[in-house]
Amino acid sequence: MRGALAIGLLLCMQSAFAQDHSQHAMPPSSPTTTDEHAQHREHTTGDDAPGDYRSPVLTDADRAAAFPDLHGHDMSAHMDDDPFVWMVMADRFEWQQGDAVAWEGTAWFGHDRGRLWLRSEGERERNHGTEANIEALWGEPVNAWWDVLAGVRHDISNERLGHHGQDWLAIGVQGLAPYKFEVQATVYIGEGGQSMLQAEVEYELLLTNKLILQPRIEATALGRNDAVRGIGSGLGEVDAGLRLRYEVRREVAPYIGIERAVRFGKTADFARAPGDDAHETRWVAGVRFWF
Amino acid sequence: MNDETSRFPDTTRRRLLRGMALGSAAAGLGLWREPVWALATPNQSGVLAGKDFDLSIGRTPVNITGRAASAITVNGSLPGPILRWREGDEVTLRVRNTLAETSAIHWHGILLPANMDGVPGLSFHGIEPGGDYLYRFRVRQSGTYWYHSHSSLQEQAGVYGALIVDPLEPEPFAFDRDYVVMLSDWTDMDPHRLFARLKKRSDYDNLYKRTVGDFLRDAREDGITAAVADRKAWGAMRMSPTDLADVNGNTYTYLANGRRADDDWTGLFTPGERVRLRFVNGAAMTFFDVRIPGLKLTVVAADGQNIQPVEVDEFRIAPAETFDVIVQPERDEAHVVFAQAMDRSGHARITLAPRMGMRAPSPALDKRALLTMDDMGHGSHAMSTAEMSCGANMDHSKMSMPMSTPMQAHPASETGNPFVDMQTMSPTPRLDDPGIGLRDNGRRVLRYADLHSLQVPDDDREPSREIELHLTGHMERFVWGFDGIKFSDAEPVRLKYGERVRFTLVNDTMMEHPVHLHGMWSDLEDADGKFLVRKHSVSIPPGTKRSFRVTADALGRWAFHCHMLMHMEAGMMREVRVEE
Repeated sequence: MRGALAIGLLLCMQSAFAQDHSQHAMPPSSPTTTDEHAQHREHTTGDDAPGDYRSPVLTDADRAAAFPDLHGHDMSAHMDDDPFVWMVMADRFEWQQGDAVAWEGTAWFGHDRGRLWLRSEGERERNHGTEANIEALWGEPVNAWWDVLAGVRHDISNERLGHHGQDWLAIGVQGLAPYKFEVQATVYIGEGGQSMLQAEVEYELLLTNKLILQPRIEATALGRNDAVRGIGSGLGEVDAGLRLRYEVRREVAPYIGIERAVRFGKTADFARAPGDDAHETRWVAGVRFWF
Repeated sequence: MNDETSRFPDTTRRRLLRGMALGSAAAGLGLWREPVWALATPNQSGVLAGKDFDLSIGRTPVNITGRAASAITVNGSLPGPILRWREGDEVTLRVRNTLAETSAIHWHGILLPANMDGVPGLSFHGIEPGGDYLYRFRVRQSGTYWYHSHSSLQEQAGVYGALIVDPLEPEPFAFDRDYVVMLSDWTDMDPHRLFARLKKRSDYDNLYKRTVGDFLRDAREDGITAAVADRKAWGAMRMSPTDLADVNGNTYTYLANGRRADDDWTGLFTPGERVRLRFVNGAAMTFFDVRIPGLKLTVVAADGQNIQPVEVDEFRIAPAETFDVIVQPERDEAHVVFAQAMDRSGHARITLAPRMGMRAPSPALDKRALLTMDDMGHGSHAMSTAEMSCGANMDHSKMSMPMSTPMQAHPASETGNPFVDMQTMSPTPRLDDPGIGLRDNGRRVLRYADLHSLQVPDDDREPSREIELHLTGHMERFVWGFDGIKFSDAEPVRLKYGERVRFTLVNDTMMEHPVHLHGMWSDLEDADGKFLVRKHSVSIPPGTKRSFRVTADALGRWAFHCHMLMHMEAGMMREVRVEE
């Protein structure tokens, strides 16, 4: 019984291979246009001419089955290719030498084509109180690598330095420049015609896939002197930082680093006036996290 | 083989082929079915055979990683039960949904009326919570297939299983045992959280990026100039050559027949027997490279379609593909069926053994490959200057290409598109390429060029038109689409009932995409436009351009999408609407 079966299978296999041979098994070296035409002619000698294929004739039952009533559903109820997504990230959340606490954080909420961005940056220092701002911006991608953002910024008031809060209109770009530099640049127009430009560039150097060195540079330039806040017109301050973080997991990375603030021109003068140095270098330690 | 004597007269051959395709009732069924029912060994998931099936989709507590988690399953098992149909039968499947969300089951690769295809929002309204749906259709084909949920991300959560259709005619190969090997990827995470994580941090799982140490090593081995040029080229594109998988072993536990590699499933054999292994890749996001050290693999079918047998050492299986392989272990020893993820971040395995309890060691994972500019269809010469941005706004006319391959044109919708992060420049079909990580590994690796269907398509008309679609995406934003347009923004691709069209897919991303057209076959062509093999899922590696023919003889609205589940969810999908 089994033997007969095996023979049957073998025969079948042979015939199947034979079919195939006549159809496809042209050695790769030999297919020429002539062969190709020969194959086509071979087809035509059969019971059908090539190109005679006819799809089955449709019935009304076929039509009904093809386009059923979806009860008002469309794909959007079952697949969301543009879901609402949000993210909160503290890029810097750190203690700084000299008993200061500093942070830089971002949150976004929205869809692929537009997101609400909240950004905040600031520091709290014993002698100077809190210097901080918060921004709310709407951002949309303009090309593969860049988003344009526009919104408002509020600098919170500082009793100790004796200045009130200040509001700005903000417009800026952020994205990934060639060679994977993360760039953010924003122009601010404030009350009384004050203007400001802030730009920040970050890079990530992988010592390992978990131990990451992050150089960062941030520059601030002002349109006019602001004696209260101690910033002069033109390029006022450049902060350069180097942080070494270890990603315990992607979301949580403690770090240590060093930050140097360099003040120029009038801003340097403002800094020196109360007896501070124009330039400052501080050790920092903190944690970067997101969720 | 002698062509002249072994060839059927044409008429007979064509009739036979059409007869097989239509599934005419043939005699002698009892004879050949007798020897091979080895599917129900102690470990194999339940096999449900027959014409009437009751399936239930529901939540099931599982512990796969060592922690309690929740899966969505069919009839409480992961993977779902193996369904065994017979060609020519009318099958009835009552699918109940006990979830609190809509569900659906899609019969992958099966030709059926559109309202039985199981894509909610296209073919029907889905199965409401607590509701059921009656699938009933005549089975017009045979081979190894699978089924899975087509609702939301339920496939990732466990709604998949193998589907075997026994042919009416004897199969053109012999075997003594018959096992399903269902490969998949599991995560305890809620799939929607995983999707959101990809949106936030698409490189979350890429813990294989090149480091400063790698740079120093490359500089020492290849010279500083070459190392810098290479980093410049990738840096200019803002991409990483280590991006082989969006989600990998860092998140996934790879499974074979629902088992982890360290708790593997065993299929028994008696030395000398021919064992048929029906590989199904039911993974959401994982390409597997499969081999059985010490055994030759004779591939006899692809995507359920019998092919001219081809003997290999290893094959790559894309999500949604199926391959039937016959092996013949001669000795009284165990073998490991080793399936490593394409990015080498882990593996799944089963054991083939003469007795339960025997086990063969897993080989070491292969070295992880790096993408090259050639892989992405850019050509190494052009990139060595690192002057091109590779962005969507790239001006091709300004570049001199020292290659014979013509520059690829791109649809206007890709230009300046925020969701297109690269375009390929000179893609080719590359059907004879084993694929990244498998080249020159000393093993004979299956390539698409090796696949030759035994069955010739009934429809031998030349396609009357060509539909070119580009696979596009943005790795960082994690948005995917065709021609830079995602599903929700796209118009359907409209086909006229009865027409024969050529689909040409150009991969403008750095990832491989297995593209699946529902309801109709994809007749893959070789580089010269000749028919190669009939498939339901055609994988398109980066830097390639591949064509297949489609006969639009299935009226209705059909899904056409990348079978990387998260790519589909992120928009890499179209409706193909066949109208009169």
